[in-house]
Amino acid sequence: MQISARRHDKTTIFDVSGDIDFANSPEVRQAVLCEIRESRMARVIVNLRQVRYIDSSGVASLIEGLKASRDLGSRFILIGLSTSAREVLQLSRLIKVFEIYDNEEQALAA
Amino acid sequence: MLAVYSNPRWLSVVRAAVERLTETLGFPAMQCRSITRAVDEALTNIVRHCYGNRLDQPIALYFRSAKRCQQGEIESGLEILLCDRGRAFNLNTLLGRPLEQIRPGGLGLHWIRQAMDTVEFTRKGLTNQLRLVKYFARTSIAP
Repeated sequence: MQISARRHDKTTIFDVSGDIDFANSPEVRQAVLCEIRESRMARVIVNLRQVRYIDSSGVASLIEGLKASRDLGSRFILIGLSTSAREVLQLSRLIKVFEIYDNEEQALAA
Repeated sequence: MLAVYSNPRWLSVVRAAVERLTETLGFPAMQCRSITRAVDEALTNIVRHCYGNRLDQPIALYFRSAKRCQQGEIESGLEILLCDRGRAFNLNTLLGRPLEQIRPGGLGLHWIRQAMDTVEFTRKGLTNQLRLVKYFARTSIAP
């Protein structure tokens, strides 16, 4: 799993690739939470286009990111969900809880 | 049979094996993903709760065919047995969190139960056994 961040206007975009599972979800959690709390950007976008698998600990990290964003009044957006990632959010009844777009252009325009 | 250690880096190896196995057996793509997810979550539970995140403890996974007869029809399927020698961690008595609550944690159990037809925990001596079964669509018995 790899995670990198870039900034665009008042937005931080995380590009994640590989599987997110119990072995590496703490890394995702830490990166996302640090950025939300320290940079105070208006928007945080997590690009999951290159993520083929996400387990419950990965979903938990995204929930923590969402909650931290809400606490600070910023937006937390997911883009590029794979079939598998979409399935787990649906199974967990979270698909309507997150702000989700197909791609970066849509998320930046929203 | 697959024998691995309780190091999370083995999770991706087991997922790959289970995904290939379920594809080869002919499960639909969605069920291949859900069975793989169930095994992954069960393994993660063993690592976290039975072994307390110790990395060097043994976990064995056995795969075999399963059959049951229901209302005159034979169902065949895949049985997966996960065995560890950690603390007893009884999935039968755990509920997972209500899905209405939006908070981290407790999702893995839901995914396991949603994916599998049978989820049974037993403790035999010092060994925890988690039995997961998924059946294929039914086929009628020839008269």
